[in-house]
Amino acid sequence: MSEAAAAHAHDEHHHEGGFVSTYLFSLDHKMIGKQFLLLSLFMMIIGGLLALMVRWQLAYPEQPVPGLAWVPEPYLYDGIIPPETYNMLFTMHATIMIFFVVIPILVGAFGNFLIPLMIGTKDMAFPILNMLSFWIAAFAGGLLISSFFVEGGAAAGGWTAYAPLSAAEVYTGVGLGQDLWIISLVVLGISSMMGSINYITTIINMRAPGMTMFRLPLVVWSLFITAILLLLALPELTAAMAMLLFDRRFGTAFFLPEHGGEPILWQHLFWFFGHPEVYILILPGMGIASEILSVFSRKPIFGYRAMAMAMIAIAFLGWVVWGHHMFQSGMNPTMGMAFMTTTMVIAVPSAIKTFNWLGTLWGGNIHFTTPMLHALAFVSMFVIGGLSGIYMAATPVDIFIHDTYFIVGHIHYVVFGGSIFAIFGGIAYWFPKMYGRMMNETLGKIHFFGTLLFFNITFFPMHIIGIGGHMRRIYNPEQYEFLEPLLHWNEIMTIGSIGLGIFQIVFAVNFFWSMFAGEKATQNPWHANTLEWEAPTPPPHGNFLVTPTVYRGPYEYSVPGEKEDWLPQARPGSGVAAAH
Amino acid sequence: MLPWLPENISTYGGDIDWLFRLIFWITTIVFVGVQGTFLYFLFKYRARPGHKAIYSHGNNTLEIAWTIAPSVVCVVLALLSRATWDEIKAEIPPVDVTVRVYAKQFNWDFIYPGPDGAFDTDDDLTIENELNVPVHKVVKLEMLSRDVIHSFFVPVLRFKQDTMPGRQIDGWFEATKTGEWEIPCAELCGFGHSGMLGYLKVHSDQDYAAWVAKRWSK
Repeated sequence: MSEAAAAHAHDEHHHEGGFVSTYLFSLDHKMIGKQFLLLSLFMMIIGGLLALMVRWQLAYPEQPVPGLAWVPEPYLYDGIIPPETYNMLFTMHATIMIFFVVIPILVGAFGNFLIPLMIGTKDMAFPILNMLSFWIAAFAGGLLISSFFVEGGAAAGGWTAYAPLSAAEVYTGVGLGQDLWIISLVVLGISSMMGSINYITTIINMRAPGMTMFRLPLVVWSLFITAILLLLALPELTAAMAMLLFDRRFGTAFFLPEHGGEPILWQHLFWFFGHPEVYILILPGMGIASEILSVFSRKPIFGYRAMAMAMIAIAFLGWVVWGHHMFQSGMNPTMGMAFMTTTMVIAVPSAIKTFNWLGTLWGGNIHFTTPMLHALAFVSMFVIGGLSGIYMAATPVDIFIHDTYFIVGHIHYVVFGGSIFAIFGGIAYWFPKMYGRMMNETLGKIHFFGTLLFFNITFFPMHIIGIGGHMRRIYNPEQYEFLEPLLHWNEIMTIGSIGLGIFQIVFAVNFFWSMFAGEKATQNPWHANTLEWEAPTPPPHGNFLVTPTVYRGPYEYSVPGEKEDWLPQARPGSGVAAAH
Repeated sequence: MLPWLPENISTYGGDIDWLFRLIFWITTIVFVGVQGTFLYFLFKYRARPGHKAIYSHGNNTLEIAWTIAPSVVCVVLALLSRATWDEIKAEIPPVDVTVRVYAKQFNWDFIYPGPDGAFDTDDDLTIENELNVPVHKVVKLEMLSRDVIHSFFVPVLRFKQDTMPGRQIDGWFEATKTGEWEIPCAELCGFGHSGMLGYLKVHSDQDYAAWVAKRWSK
């Protein structure tokens, strides 16, 4: 592109808009990504506070929650959590964290911000669709939060909403709240579908010259595969949700046995979406960790193709393992055998990825920056979450640990230990490109070590009490004699969770302080190879002054014969590295 | 070793516990190996002045090795699990006592067929939250639910089965010890889920005969 054409292109996309078109209804993928990030971080505060209340009740059952005496009945009684509210708390905690925190940050924030920058294009394929996708998600979040304030309160049937509990008001006493939960997730599904169509189209059609599929950074691969999973999984969830809403309001009986319905159908429909969903929650985290590990080991990613292939394998196998959530549901035991086999098989690509991360660290020159610490924690914690999954995959062992705290520990090691650590790492890593300033390293490290310590205090004991038989979703463990020897763990975990919460304040302070007063970032502060670092910091509307041309793969670090230890994708040159 | 599993009093519980321990040791060894290597690498390859990283894109032999090794472990685990799973869930041995379990918000109803051995007759007896069975006898449970999904969980028997409205699910166990244990509900079933609690009473043969005689001698 000639300079004049570049200047023209620059003009065309640089709208000197007012506040509304710049910050609210922006069509710029970077602003939309940041909007998703802020919305999700706000939702994370709500989801976290709900979790703290759950923890309080488990450690100090039926004692008033400190500072909450003002909450009116029937939510709390002088600060004491009643069982109806307790069920609401964990249902909404999970719903918010999964659908309104982890997915929107990984897919909405990182997906939007990174894809055009990392493939070397000026924006998403469909900018208006992109803007709508954010505002529809925000509307869905509003619907979900509003459900707390309707009569009967918010949904209380678990985030899995098993029918018939969720299918008729009489079983929970929750009316409009459960309807709003359903509608909110349907609306969010529309947003996700818009986003995923956009991502897929953009990645397939708009890559910079020279950016072949196997020169894509792994995080773009992960977001591409995630978008395909979302596109295929969400319509199915939307259909199931519609059926549930019709059962509740319009007299159908898909899931109500007294009129000929079949409750187990809901579980099949839910988990057919729900298991790909689990990989939607972790794949982008794997991608983010891969970027950061390679950059701060100053080393090419070990087994790039194996990494991409493992993600593709996960994407296929993810569709045939849903029954492992249903081993004790009354499903034909022969199907249990089949799902156990597929579940054991899907462990293999995750193992491959772990070994390749270790291979990336091997022989590296490892810099322990805040993003790197989080990526390392991601690997370490994900190993625990992966290994604990094997217990549930073995059907006979699952008989005992199904629906116990063991599974709660497992999911938190994958989704918090995995995804959330990757999110913190990704925020610290791309913050300079997002806001033009560096996050503070000291605060970042304080936040990291505090989070790692208290995360493990909060969640590791869940495995121990799960093995002791402690059921999940029970309001008061003191009601059971056989749980008595385990109760002290509940107190330890609750203290851990309070510590975990306190250290997140450090993150919030660092995030907002750095946004306005952090050290100014250079164009490529980490000396990284990928294309986003070719754009100015922060990138203007339209991203690149000149469309970059890609000459090599994304991970050419410490190339022999080069005087620097990095070799950007867009730097012309010959030599051995150009082949990769 | 592993004192955290509750006591086991069922004939097949030992098989479950054996598998659990096997997986525990496999995962522990993998955990120590992976995390140990990880920490060693972090120390050994920490950035130092003048130090440069090795330039390597990977190694196909290693890729094949660490694809095959976990595959073999997982397939072996699946095969080992298969026999136990079939024993517990797929086949019911010759039955000595049959009890019908109706779960409802928030109680367990246990229905005994009575002397005629048939359900839905006049001599049926319904007992709330108390399952009486003889020791060393195969007990078959016909599980149903009157409203939502519940889950019949007896930790000491290593027994767990969701109960489903509109569908009868059969399960079985054979207790090896007399005594009394709790039967919690393990599937969220509403505001009274916590505290939905029954009791399993395992009697010696004589005590069970006496209990039957007393119950049906009106």
